[in-house]
Amino acid sequence: MAKAELMDYDKALELFEPVLGFEVHVELNTKTKMFCGCANEFGSGANTNTCPTCLGLPGGLPQVNRQAIESSIRLGLALGCEIAETSRFARKNYFYPDTAKNFQTSQYDEPIAFNGQLTIELETGRLVTVDIERAHMEDDAGKLTHMGGAAGRIQGADYSLVDYNRGGVPLVEIVTQMIEGGEADSPEIGKTYVAAIREIVKALGVSNARMEEGNVRCDANVSLRPRGSNILGTRTETKNVNSLRSVERAVRYEIQRQAALLHAGGTITQETRHWHEDTGTTSAGRPKSDADDYRYFPEPDLVPVAPSRAWVEELRATLPEPPAARRKRLQADWGFVNLEFQDVVNSDLLDVLEATIAAGAPAQAARKWWTGEIARLANAAGVSADSLVTPAQVAALIELITDGTLTDRLARQVLEGVIAGEGTPSEVVASRGLAVVSDDGPLIAAIDEALASQPDVLAKIRDGKVQAAGAVIGAVMKAMRGQADAARVRELVLERAGSAAVEPAPSGSGE
Amino acid sequence: MSEITAEQVAHLANLARIDLSSAEIDRLTVELGQIVDSVARVAEVATPDVPATSHPMPLTNVFRDDVVVPSLTVDQALSGAPDRAGDKFRVPAILDEE
Repeated sequence: MAKAELMDYDKALELFEPVLGFEVHVELNTKTKMFCGCANEFGSGANTNTCPTCLGLPGGLPQVNRQAIESSIRLGLALGCEIAETSRFARKNYFYPDTAKNFQTSQYDEPIAFNGQLTIELETGRLVTVDIERAHMEDDAGKLTHMGGAAGRIQGADYSLVDYNRGGVPLVEIVTQMIEGGEADSPEIGKTYVAAIREIVKALGVSNARMEEGNVRCDANVSLRPRGSNILGTRTETKNVNSLRSVERAVRYEIQRQAALLHAGGTITQETRHWHEDTGTTSAGRPKSDADDYRYFPEPDLVPVAPSRAWVEELRATLPEPPAARRKRLQADWGFVNLEFQDVVNSDLLDVLEATIAAGAPAQAARKWWTGEIARLANAAGVSADSLVTPAQVAALIELITDGTLTDRLARQVLEGVIAGEGTPSEVVASRGLAVVSDDGPLIAAIDEALASQPDVLAKIRDGKVQAAGAVIGAVMKAMRGQADAARVRELVLERAGSAAVEPAPSGSGE
Repeated sequence: MSEITAEQVAHLANLARIDLSSAEIDRLTVELGQIVDSVARVAEVATPDVPATSHPMPLTNVFRDDVVVPSLTVDQALSGAPDRAGDKFRVPAILDEE
């Protein structure tokens, strides 16, 4: 495949106006599939969650999952959509081994939710309102694995293997209107929009929202309009862009690729394109053609869904605070600067931080521990931070620092104990004997000894060179195995150095 | 008389992966034309206050609870497959991707 020519991004923006559109598929986290009672679970043995209905065998009869309808309505409401008075399913007919039914059960002319709006905020603070055309329900396809040929790619494969566990899992497909005026921000708009959808479905609890497991998948439509023209360009649809960063990269790539092609007098083919994570490029897939004649018709085996207004309002009352509003509120409450707050959001620590602060920890301390030591340990172990410790444990740990029982250094050891399952922070302090030595007696003894063995330091301190105390403090902290408050030690060192009680050890008497 | 043509029937057969002989296409062109004409006659008597309907039964909101029921065993699921590899269905190379 020849490498596509790319135009410089800024030049592309000078000559063309990007027009975007996104289709985001959200897998719902219901216990069962959309139309049958097979388990909806990720990672079980191949073809263990199938039945005549999801395999499209004769006699299989679909039955709609009430929970999936509720989740779809709640998602529609959270996107500011109207909920249809009556909505129905339709068959989208196509022949491809990812569906054994030879059709996808989807919605065509009567989607469950339509006419929504979602306002997103870019890093510059620019607000962009994305109009949602519709959010409709459908079932997912099975998973294909291409064998032989080049590294699992479909091109050159000898044969393919199918696992139908995912076939029939409930999906909501969210379709935007055309997004114009994105200009140079277009790639960021794509990323931020998908992030916002992910955040909403997570807050609603309707999806596990793990992009790496395909719970949220994005198709990105990009076309270019020459400056000064009001005629839309031909669009391409880049399929299955499955990370936020990839959405941004794919939109940018398509802008640069299409601009180069158009500028050189070429034409854009209306086609689906495949995104390649490794090379950061897209390649041509299938051209739009007769094969897109899906012969939609109303699904005869399913009666219409007509949610009563009372039911819709009942579901509306269950909606959580919109994530964007919640973020604004929390940042203000906690007094974090943007960088601090972004760090928390990007590390996916908003919920645990909120819980830790609710458990009594000061906001800055909670942030410091979660984004610092805990994140570091989680990273090293390859797990999520909130799987290591609970917000209550972290709050208790911070409390022990605040009341002077622990220094930061000791607290890190206590944290390790808590993670190792040795009990609550207080229990670990007791069992490991890690508390700060708060009795001045042993500290003074250690200080006197250190001063006596370093007569030159003692002399300097007595000369007023207070910074020389550092060497003594270090020795004392070492002697106390870190279980001392360095500030208190410093205080005592200066005090003891000034007192006549301390005399340099007579030379030659050293051990 | 309807406007169903033999070309349309052949196109439809192709989309539906049905292999029709030219004799069958001719016969179906006539039959489908008659069906379309009949539907057109119904449309004549349907006044605007009669909403379009897709289902004869006045039923809506037939749901099931979100409760897992036993699935087929892997062997049952694969029993009708022309070919399998391990616990998966094996299908011929796919030339074009959806």
